[in-house]
Amino acid sequence: MYQIIVFGPFIAAILAGLFGRQLGDKGAQIITCGALVVSAFLSWVALFQIGFGGTVEHVTIMTWVSSGDLNFNWAFKVDTLTAVMLVVVNTVSCLVHIYSIGYMSHDPHKARFMAYLSLFTFAMLMLVTADNFVQMFFGWEGVGLASYLLIGFWYKKPSACAAAIKAFLVNRVGDFGFALGIFAIYMVTGSVEFDVVFAKIPELQGQTIHFLWMDLDLITTICILLFIGAMGKSAQLGLHTWLPDAMEGPTPVSALIHAATMVTAGVFMVARTSPIFEYSPDALAFVTFIGASTAIFAATIGTTQNDIKRVIAYSTCSQLGYMFFALGISAYGAAIFHLFTHAFFKALLFLGSGSVIHAMSDEQDMRKMGGLRKKIPWTFAMMVIGTLALTGFPFLAGYYSKDMIIEAAFASDSSMAGYAFFMGVFAALLTSFYSWRLIFMTFFGESRSSKSVQDHVHESGNWMMAPLYVLALGALLAGFIFKDYFIGQNYEDFWGSALFLKDAANNVMEAAHHVPGWVIASPFIVMILGFLIAVYAYIIKPETPAQFSGTFRYLYALFYNKWYIDEIYDYLLVNPAKKLGVFLWKKGDENIIDRFGPDGAAASVMALARKFRGLQSGYIYHYAFAMLMGIAAFVTWFVFISGGGAS
Amino acid sequence: MTETLLPDLAPAYGEIFMAIGAMALLMFGVFRGNKSTELVSLLTAAVMIVTLIITVTWNDTAVYTFENMFVVDRFTSFMKILVLVASALAVFMSMQYFKDEKEERFEYPILVLLATLGMMVMVSANDLMSLYMGLELQSLSLYVLASIRRDSELATEAGLKYFVLGALSSGILLFGSSLIYGFVGSTNFTVIGQTLSQASHGPDIGVIIGMVLVLAGLAFKISAVPFHMWTPDVYQGAPTPVTAFFAVAPKVAALALLVRVLYVPFGEMSESWTQVIVFMSLASMVLGSVAAVVQTNIKRLMAYSSIGHIGFALVGIAAGSQDGLRGLVIYMAIYLVMNVGTFACILAMRRKDGMVEDISDLAGLAQTRPAMAAALGIFMLSLAGIPPLAGFWGKWYVFKAVIATAVADPMATNYGLIMLAVIGVMASVVGAYYYLNIIKVMFFNEPEGEFILQKSRKLKAIMGVSAALMLLFLLPQINAPVLEYARMAAAALIS
Repeated sequence: MYQIIVFGPFIAAILAGLFGRQLGDKGAQIITCGALVVSAFLSWVALFQIGFGGTVEHVTIMTWVSSGDLNFNWAFKVDTLTAVMLVVVNTVSCLVHIYSIGYMSHDPHKARFMAYLSLFTFAMLMLVTADNFVQMFFGWEGVGLASYLLIGFWYKKPSACAAAIKAFLVNRVGDFGFALGIFAIYMVTGSVEFDVVFAKIPELQGQTIHFLWMDLDLITTICILLFIGAMGKSAQLGLHTWLPDAMEGPTPVSALIHAATMVTAGVFMVARTSPIFEYSPDALAFVTFIGASTAIFAATIGTTQNDIKRVIAYSTCSQLGYMFFALGISAYGAAIFHLFTHAFFKALLFLGSGSVIHAMSDEQDMRKMGGLRKKIPWTFAMMVIGTLALTGFPFLAGYYSKDMIIEAAFASDSSMAGYAFFMGVFAALLTSFYSWRLIFMTFFGESRSSKSVQDHVHESGNWMMAPLYVLALGALLAGFIFKDYFIGQNYEDFWGSALFLKDAANNVMEAAHHVPGWVIASPFIVMILGFLIAVYAYIIKPETPAQFSGTFRYLYALFYNKWYIDEIYDYLLVNPAKKLGVFLWKKGDENIIDRFGPDGAAASVMALARKFRGLQSGYIYHYAFAMLMGIAAFVTWFVFISGGGAS
Repeated sequence: MTETLLPDLAPAYGEIFMAIGAMALLMFGVFRGNKSTELVSLLTAAVMIVTLIITVTWNDTAVYTFENMFVVDRFTSFMKILVLVASALAVFMSMQYFKDEKEERFEYPILVLLATLGMMVMVSANDLMSLYMGLELQSLSLYVLASIRRDSELATEAGLKYFVLGALSSGILLFGSSLIYGFVGSTNFTVIGQTLSQASHGPDIGVIIGMVLVLAGLAFKISAVPFHMWTPDVYQGAPTPVTAFFAVAPKVAALALLVRVLYVPFGEMSESWTQVIVFMSLASMVLGSVAAVVQTNIKRLMAYSSIGHIGFALVGIAAGSQDGLRGLVIYMAIYLVMNVGTFACILAMRRKDGMVEDISDLAGLAQTRPAMAAALGIFMLSLAGIPPLAGFWGKWYVFKAVIATAVADPMATNYGLIMLAVIGVMASVVGAYYYLNIIKVMFFNEPEGEFILQKSRKLKAIMGVSAALMLLFLLPQINAPVLEYARMAAAALIS
């Protein structure tokens, strides 16, 4: 069964990618969507077997590497964590595949697009089912590749190509950290298989590793390296710059890769390696700090952006921050629960915005929208459901998961917990504000688009709307149905051994259920507050934003320009790298290597050849002179050698 | 009494037959005039083939005759076979050319025959006298051949240049011979060798200078740097069939003679002459490769190519071992086939309005004459030394031998030999440029004009067979006899 789940999309990708021309667009769509429907269905079966049956499945496919001490297999480890990820990945992927049939209906390269989507799904499934670090890394790189291909899908658009390259390069930084982490793990444990590694970690407590002049705590070092990998993939503060640019890709890609699945790989990885992180309070504190900072940082930027997809992208970034600080305070269940619910409502928001963009003839700037409420009512309704779920409206998906995270942050005794709690609450306020701002700017007020665009505004077709309905259902119900299992009373039965807590008796998830009333109320209060501010600023007094940005010009500029992170990176890294590159190219390569190497050799041969040609004067006496000179030289040489002879 | 009066003629039957044949054909030609050129040519080739058979059947150990002035052993046999094959093919290749040019002269094949006779004597020479006799017989014939087209300015210039410089080199050689005779007291190679080996002190300065002068005279014939300067001018100026003849047979003969002179009389002085050979080898390889880069005339290019190839062959002498000599012998055999094939192609470069000889005239040959382009392509790759073609193996054996010598030396003082191999390989890389350039011109440039369809079946056969040999040399059925015979030939001089 797991083979079908994982390899179905792979086979579909191969067929659609290599034989797309023979299959035709329709054939490719049927094959890929069919494979995903099957995978999605089986994933739910798996979740019920594993999660509610309380078992763990190990499936070995074949030996991968058997070399000296290094042995590992292609194998699946399917526990509840994996099963949850299977459901998230396959469900969203399946819906996105179907949505793409409608969304990409005008694109000439449908088969290629579907093949990439399926390839991505396969890589993501390899990542979540891995039973060792190397296989996980394979999937990790695979999703990076698919992400690159899909961001740059419209390869004739320079901005898309640039964004694809940026995503790839920024991820490289993270992947480098991850790879170093794996090396370190192999070095100290002699294995890369999860079960073996996790069993050995407790023995390594307190050991140090010598690096340059420093003695670093071994486990903390490993965790930080792994977390750098997670930061790259999950767009955490510092390595987040690729995610907003990645919105250059087609919207279904944004929904699948840059909201629901790939960006959560970092969260999954930290949860999967919780048996390591648990032994390093410092690393957990670092995770908490980065997560909480990202949550507030991305939220501030989200309040000022005008591109509808970028707002959601920053929102994703911010929500990923929530997940990470939940991980940091050992509230793994809450983090994965938020991952689970977030996948539904964020995919819903993205696909909804895709529907809006589709309706607006590929316009993404919210300043040119407005008043769409009546023209595309179903999309509007779906977007509102997504927004309610995101902002944590009671009984919707986000309400359970996000509030749980904030409560856990309050209850935790981690050193960073207080910071995380306040950042989390404040970010929730901003989340509410920018989410409603998006709704108001897009769907309310007067239309600000041109006449020709307005005339074409239409509700999307059924291929696009059906996935929205399914996702909306998820956004409405996922939290309510699954809360007891993910974070509630059935927590331990459900997760089994998938999530590790060093101090099981002192479960922060348990403590989170007994926090003061004002803590429970605070997310709800700030959510309402954010909503009211948005209503005031964009409905009641629409001139407010302009006044605000005028009064707090510098603050606004800071947020609008994304805290100048891109500019700082350009200044510190990109431009020096480019300058170095140009220097090495012009001066190093052309002026030194080429000049004295190939070009120089060729030029000197030519010069020598011309000189020889010049010697070949055609005059007999020149030739005779050369001969006599040769004889004279040889005679001199011989006499010199024989020491002047004997007589 | 008769036995003492008449020397043993048996070892020289081939040469004697050629001499009689040449005179008979001359008489025949004189009476029949230029109309008989084709017949005379065929008969000349027949004489050469008969001589070849005589040479092949003589398969004995070393035999000396004519007061030890003349030697026949496996080395001479092998080199004579090469000379005869090259000369016979040159005669075959020339026939169509002179017919097309309406320049048929019956003297041409007879002169080739006489030159070949001179070469045979050179190869077998074991005395400074027989050396000079053979050399001059060869040279005089070649001077005439170079300017056989009396009305062509270029050809006469080439002939004159060749004659003047050749005379100078002959003078130098003679002067050297007289010095050697004066200091050693004999002209016989064997005697000189014995005398030098028995000398309690080092060789006399007169012998040294004499040897250098003889060496220079021979180096002129093989056109090794710095005695090469005549080569490009003569190759370009002489009629193409003559150039084709020049390029192979005289080189083989002169090289055979050089080897014998170095090993038999002056074997004792090998340490000093090795340095000179190394220098000439290096200089020839580098100049042959580099100077050819800027050439536009294909005959001139082949002149530089032959200078370079002589440099590679000399590497085999520099190695100073039996393997080195074997490498040289193999090299010359392969060189023969490559060059004959290439010149067959050059002889086929004829347009409606006459012969052309610029590299640019080959443009687009792959489209107009694909078979010829393929053959010429194979020759060029082989000349460049691209495996698995024969030209690569020629270089392989000489370089292998020289490296083996350098490595075997316990004192490791022969790093010069390693340098020789390294620079040689680099030179062949440079040389690859112009060989590949010809291929590029043939296969990638747009055709401008077309060669007329080659009528001569002989040329086509030569092209085809040589190309096939180049391609198939790595088959043991083809290379094993050559390698084995070459080994025996080398063993005759160095045991």
